[in-house]
Amino acid sequence: MSAFEFLRKPLDPAALGAALADVAAGGFVSFEGWVRNENDGREVLRLDYEAFEELAVKEGASIVAEAIERFGVRGAHCVHRLGELGLGELAVWVGVASGHRAEAFAACRYIIDEVKHRVPIWKKEHYRDGDSGWVNCERCAEAAHQHHDHR
Amino acid sequence: MARIRLRYYALLREQAGRNEELVNTAAGDAAGLYDELAARHGFSLGRTQLKVAVNAEFADWSRPLADGDEVVFIPPVAGG
Repeated sequence: MSAFEFLRKPLDPAALGAALADVAAGGFVSFEGWVRNENDGREVLRLDYEAFEELAVKEGASIVAEAIERFGVRGAHCVHRLGELGLGELAVWVGVASGHRAEAFAACRYIIDEVKHRVPIWKKEHYRDGDSGWVNCERCAEAAHQHHDHR
Repeated sequence: MARIRLRYYALLREQAGRNEELVNTAAGDAAGLYDELAARHGFSLGRTQLKVAVNAEFADWSRPLADGDEVVFIPPVAGG
């Protein structure tokens, strides 16, 4: 399996965790990102995810390799959904197996944080009021028009 | 003139009204190409808010463009 993958069908966390089984690992940590029903005070009904897959899988695999190297864990894997997702669905899964728990927690945190910042994946939210928007892009555009700094 | 293939994603795809296009450009680098296409398609995002990839690798905006390059402008990402 590749260290970072995309799937267009529901993720199976039990199977993903089992694939990291290792008798030398004393700890396993996973993170699940779920589709939440609100963002910034707006009621969200569903999401669309899309990615520049060719670059995203390379960047994602680099992040997982960095985590393994930096924290000395035994195995790590990250899978991200693409396409349309409903509320409560599993959007991203990170799993780390390690000799001891501290490195497993740290590596898991590193992977999800870096994936959110570096991997070319985009999320469009569809709101209860019928509006929709690309997360981190629409306000950015408004800010640019108003010549405000964006963060 | 260089012949460049563009692929668009997310907000830029919607604003360009297409997934990809081929353009002949006199722009010397990726920054000049974005300015040219932003004017043509009315992109709302400023260049400082984007990254750019050339041939599926992150690149500098000042990278000179060559015939046949594939360029992707990367809006602010939102995985997870």
